[in-house]
Amino acid sequence: MEYKLTYEQFQQGLERGELLGLKCNTCNSVTFPPMVRCRECNSTDLEVTQMSGKGTIRTFTVIRVAPEGMTPPYVVAMAETDEGAWVMGNLVGIDPDDAHMGLMGKKVSLGSHLVKGDTYSGGDSRVITFSLV
Amino acid sequence: MRQVAILGVAMTKFGVLEKTNLEMFAEAGLEAIALSNLEPKDMEALYFGNCLGDFEEGQMHMAPFAHAELGLPVGVPATRFESACATATVAIRHAALLVGSGVYDVVLAGGTERACAMGTPLATRTFAMGHHAQHESTAGLTFPGVFAMAAHIYSEKYKVPLKELKRNMAEVAVKNHFHGAMNPKAHFQKEIDVDTVLDGMMVADPLQLFDCCPFSDGAAAVVVAEAGKARDLVKKPVYIGGMGQASAGPLYLQKDLSRVMAREASIAQAYRESGLGPDDVDVVELHDCFTIAEILALESFGLYEFGKAYDAAAKRETYLGGRVVVNPSGGLKAKGHPIGATGAAQVTEIVEQLRGESGPRQVEGARVGLVDTLGGDFGTICNIVLRN
Ligand SMILES: [Zn+2]
Repeated sequence: MEYKLTYEQFQQGLERGELLGLKCNTCNSVTFPPMVRCRECNSTDLEVTQMSGKGTIRTFTVIRVAPEGMTPPYVVAMAETDEGAWVMGNLVGIDPDDAHMGLMGKKVSLGSHLVKGDTYSGGDSRVITFSLV
Repeated sequence: MRQVAILGVAMTKFGVLEKTNLEMFAEAGLEAIALSNLEPKDMEALYFGNCLGDFEEGQMHMAPFAHAELGLPVGVPATRFESACATATVAIRHAALLVGSGVYDVVLAGGTERACAMGTPLATRTFAMGHHAQHESTAGLTFPGVFAMAAHIYSEKYKVPLKELKRNMAEVAVKNHFHGAMNPKAHFQKEIDVDTVLDGMMVADPLQLFDCCPFSDGAAAVVVAEAGKARDLVKKPVYIGGMGQASAGPLYLQKDLSRVMAREASIAQAYRESGLGPDDVDVVELHDCFTIAEILALESFGLYEFGKAYDAAAKRETYLGGRVVVNPSGGLKAKGHPIGATGAAQVTEIVEQLRGESGPRQVEGARVGLVDTLGGDFGTICNIVLRN
């Protein structure tokens, strides 16, 4: 079973400014970030699709005690994309001290930023970002 | 399946210890074997839990060294289990499955962890290895962060204002410290009040320091045996009524973090297998790695409706003497959380409670106890129902 959109290809998309997901030809759901099968129906009949880049904040936190190598404070959030898939990322463009419950349900646009790798993570990677719209 | 019992149970003191993983496990393991009126040579397998020995001591493949410390015969296999914080419970469950199916009659299971040796930044980094490495941990996610996000969803979904939720979460920590103050093995043996929690350093909004369990060192071990053999060996074997284990993937697939889907599947298995339900449970040791986690667990068990467990501790319903006693050991919050050992310590507490051996924190007349351990991002849940 061939992996339609590998992590490496997904990362290369982010580098070009493209948010690549997988559209299911069986149930029309969009899987994002990519997996080998449809997150809804397990079908592997998938094709690469461009995400709209729009979503809604579903939850968040401000990390103030960070893992080694990260510099707090920063905001980690989960957003629901307009296509229905949820994704983890960083809410950017706001002062972490201004993050409060009012963020829940706020519309965001998706992008990505570069995060330095450490000894354990196998290199740098691009992480999904959310910006309030 | 044959009936399965727990014989001897033992744990080291939990806290910041000046002992190696193997030294701690050897102490707990030999004590559990001796309390079973058995000898190391009587063990037929060792199911050994450890999560982060690679980082704590530069030691992987620790199980055979634990086997040697205990003096088990060469023909007895020693196998490492790793299911993040649920490690030891999963090891015990698999010991019980193999005893129940007749492969073995007697198995030693448990775990050890020496998290404090790493210091907080490296410990936080290594614990974060429990998140999805490509799609979640790179955002700088931490375990307090996961439960913080769950608390925000809980507040929004059930319309409990965050300030009110936080005060009630603080009451969970106050209760578990109250219980822990009666446990000589606990990492923290002192009472706190709501202000202690609400004045604490912010770790991951809205979780403050005292909403979080500590990094701890410690080990625990239990002897699992066929019930007939158990009755020949000890006065008060405690029986495994039923067990459950379930798995879930990354958080972005789980979505609504106020509902722990793996726990709902796991507890359903454990209730079905035991023929018991939430109304039968007298005492619970559950996975209160963070205060909000205890609230979520009580709802998954059916002890409270969804959205209704947040003020259980404030109403003293989960205290000693309450309607269902939750974490009489002090829980992960006060007893401590050496992740590879935690599940075996929870089993130890419930077994001692059902034998009536818990001294000042004894739950009067306890006949049915529930063990609940969560690993990773709600990725593994393991439940064991124990009974007299
Ligand atoms: Zn599909």
